[in-house]
Amino acid sequence: MNQQVDQDHAVQVDHHHDDHHDDHHEHHEQNFIEKYVFSQDHKTIAKQFLITGIFWGVVGGLMSVLFRMQLGFPGESFPILETVLGKWAPGGVISPDFYLALVTMHGTILVFFVLTAGLSGTFANLLIPLQVGARDMASPFLNMLSYWFFFLAGLIMLASLFVETGPANGGWTAYPPLNALPQATIGSGLGMTLWLTSMAVFIISTLLGGLNYVATILNMRTKGLTMTRLPLTIWAIFLTAIIGILSFPVLLSAALLLIFDRSLGTSFYLSEIYIAGEALVNQTGGSAILFQHLFWFLGHPEVYIIILPAMGLVSEVMSVHARKPIFGYMAMVGSILAIAVLSFVVWAHHMFVTGMNPFIGSIFVVVTLIIAVPSAIKVFNWITTLWRGNLRLNAPMLFSIGFVSLFISGGLTGIFLGNSTIDIQLHDTYFVVAHFHIVMGISAFFGMFAGVYHWFPKMFGRFMNNTLGNIHFFTTIIGAYLIFWPMHYIGMAGVPRRYYSYEAFEAFNKFGDISLFVTTVAGIVFIVQMIFIINFFYSIFYGKKVTEKNPWQANTLEWTTPINPGHGNWPGEIPEVHRWPYDYSKPGAAEDFIPQTVPLKAGEKDLGH
Amino acid sequence: MGTGLISTLIVVIVLIIVVQIAKITEFSAMLKGEGNAERESNQINGFLLLITMVVGLPLLIWSAWVFRDIFLPEAASEHGPKIDSMFNWTTFWTGIVFVITQILLFWYSFRYKNKRKDQRAYWFPHSTKLEVIWTVVPSIVLTILVVMGINRWYEITGPAPEDAIIIEVTGKQFDWMIRYPGKDGKLGSKDFRKITPSNQLGQIWSDKANHDDIIVNELHLPLNKPVLIKIHARDVLHSFFLPHFRVKMDAVPGMPTQFWFTPTKTTATMREITGNEEFNYELACAELCGKGHFSMRKLVFVDTEEEYNEWLAKQPSFYESSIKGTDEEKKQMADSYEFEEEKSDLAQSIN
Repeated sequence: MNQQVDQDHAVQVDHHHDDHHDDHHEHHEQNFIEKYVFSQDHKTIAKQFLITGIFWGVVGGLMSVLFRMQLGFPGESFPILETVLGKWAPGGVISPDFYLALVTMHGTILVFFVLTAGLSGTFANLLIPLQVGARDMASPFLNMLSYWFFFLAGLIMLASLFVETGPANGGWTAYPPLNALPQATIGSGLGMTLWLTSMAVFIISTLLGGLNYVATILNMRTKGLTMTRLPLTIWAIFLTAIIGILSFPVLLSAALLLIFDRSLGTSFYLSEIYIAGEALVNQTGGSAILFQHLFWFLGHPEVYIIILPAMGLVSEVMSVHARKPIFGYMAMVGSILAIAVLSFVVWAHHMFVTGMNPFIGSIFVVVTLIIAVPSAIKVFNWITTLWRGNLRLNAPMLFSIGFVSLFISGGLTGIFLGNSTIDIQLHDTYFVVAHFHIVMGISAFFGMFAGVYHWFPKMFGRFMNNTLGNIHFFTTIIGAYLIFWPMHYIGMAGVPRRYYSYEAFEAFNKFGDISLFVTTVAGIVFIVQMIFIINFFYSIFYGKKVTEKNPWQANTLEWTTPINPGHGNWPGEIPEVHRWPYDYSKPGAAEDFIPQTVPLKAGEKDLGH
Repeated sequence: MGTGLISTLIVVIVLIIVVQIAKITEFSAMLKGEGNAERESNQINGFLLLITMVVGLPLLIWSAWVFRDIFLPEAASEHGPKIDSMFNWTTFWTGIVFVITQILLFWYSFRYKNKRKDQRAYWFPHSTKLEVIWTVVPSIVLTILVVMGINRWYEITGPAPEDAIIIEVTGKQFDWMIRYPGKDGKLGSKDFRKITPSNQLGQIWSDKANHDDIIVNELHLPLNKPVLIKIHARDVLHSFFLPHFRVKMDAVPGMPTQFWFTPTKTTATMREITGNEEFNYELACAELCGKGHFSMRKLVFVDTEEEYNEWLAKQPSFYESSIKGTDEEKKQMADSYEFEEEKSDLAQSIN
């Protein structure tokens, strides 16, 4: 590692106490606002996405704790809730309307603000320029706008929590007519208007970011960095961005038509409705199912938008800490590609029991189960990567292993739900809740945690505490299984999701003990996440300092930059790439890693083609 | 408030302790030297990973055994066992994959941790043979599951038998309305514009088929007879869900849907099987429909054919009992008369 420490070391700046600006490539001194607020530096934008994502993660997580309290202790009074929530928790019991609002906001926030913006936004911004060898994104300005549109979307959503009629409460999927008609549910008033506005702004943010990511990856790779020499992180982020660009506009159109139905008296989604003592005679001829098609045309790719970057991060982290090339690089790329393509043709598996033609349903069964094949290939490849490796079981590696475990568990239950025959019984039950929380909720979080622990040194020039990371990992993975595993059982018993209370039904009211258990563990796991948050913020300022450029002995380009890279990333020339990124423990090499910048020896074969 | 304060305090103290532990471990790592500390931590984490798997995996399987009775409640329809066996086959195949992959994942993590300074990983970047195997094997298993699934799906969703008994169920916030066609076997026509407080379905009284229709508060089904449920929604989406019959179908405003099935166990039989004297089948809503979503419950009874016919014969026609000669009927007739008049006026003026 001796070659890692060079003269550059001398001029590293501590980000948070910097009193002297010495960015090598800056034309002018940056003031505080330019450097930390309206920054066009991709690394700062990445941190902004991450910290905003953490904020929303806490808000969304807290919401789940609140509605789990109603489920674990149905009808029990918690006076503190009335103090905090006022009319939404009369007598300390959350009202049915607000219960649904919490469920809706929890889903929206976690799916879009945390696992889309917080995950993709952070790592796409941080890693694309650093790993492809570019000074910044193709358009740093649009990149900055992407963050601030996300920020604005968040502000609007936050504001919706405080309006008189409450936030949207018709589910994160916003199905009409429930979410089209203010008389259908209280949250369908101003709350829903703000929800739709926020989503529209969020989609702008996603598109600005996505176009930038694609442009940068395609056009700004450094010399020698062919597509097949790209780290899997970049492949995953690249295809995620393409999926987002193709699918988010469809959500925008769905949302726009819903806005028209709500405020202009159109009836794209409305037909033959009698509600609140009135027949809507002028709004007929639409189809509520049309919205579901449009929504899931984004909604399904969206789950891959969430999980693919996590897969990319895990592949990279696992390879580095196993000191072993990722097994089957080309198969990994191929399976990401296959998943990306297939993700566009499986959306109607969310709609098997909507009255859709059964023949169409059967087509979607076939395509949905095909998508299990590339997913299986990825899992086997990760496991083989561990086989006969030289594993460092540190926090990033543990979270990568945990990711694979959860992805297996959640992925396999997808084979139940993707089969329309079984879906008749399981649709809209807790089985679905268990499935998607494990496969794309918790496992995406694990990918994100692996990424944060691994790239924290690059972001802040310090390490996060590893022992706290270990505690965080073991409590979270055990907790995650204890929370979501029992949900499969009550889902199989037929218990529907989004119920405020199960008391009324003989078939559903027998699971109070399980519910209480799940609530208790959820509360504990939520508190455990505070260990991560404390570790994160504490380490930014007081963590152990990074003393060498390449602390993990990794091959990719980000570790050739100075410890605290300035704007422009490399003080001198951008390095040239000579090989694929996974030459770990290559026979005949002195070290157990060969950075991408090291030229091939005579007769040495590059696996990147 | 007191307990709140105490629990907050406990949380804060625990977090402070955690940070102190972290600092201590960091300090001791410095004393031991980084490499040694890392390998020591590898040992601990590898061991913990193994324990997690060795304890966790049997625990998960044991819990499945403990809760086996609540899985998929006793099926009470002809197609129910088809869904259940599909479920069981899928559990069988995915269960094998689950156990093998989780064991390998955690075992390799434990087995191949870094223990010595000079340890090197084995160079194994890819193997076409292995990759072909684990592309082909899952493909074959999935093909089997797809073929099994789709066959059953077509059987279940295929056209209802000619002699199926038709029953209409309409969802509204937050209740179900159940209508039987009466002696003529036909449901009368309806129009959402005609809905009034006394005519909740918007039945058109000039249609004679409506006159013998029966509106009831409980769903009664005859044993071993195919039933075709016509599913409607009046305001927002609902979903017609009968957990014991393995029946679920969304109710969509403006787009009638349907589901047919054959009940195979009477309520009395189910009471024997479950050992619960008070057992009742239930109808629930499975699609979020607003604040009362959780309360859309109706009782469902499966009767022997005689019991069913007896029950049905006792139910009065809704028209005869509640509509005939009332203002509701007169007003609807008058409204439609006016409408007809307007139409003919319009036709004349065009001519």
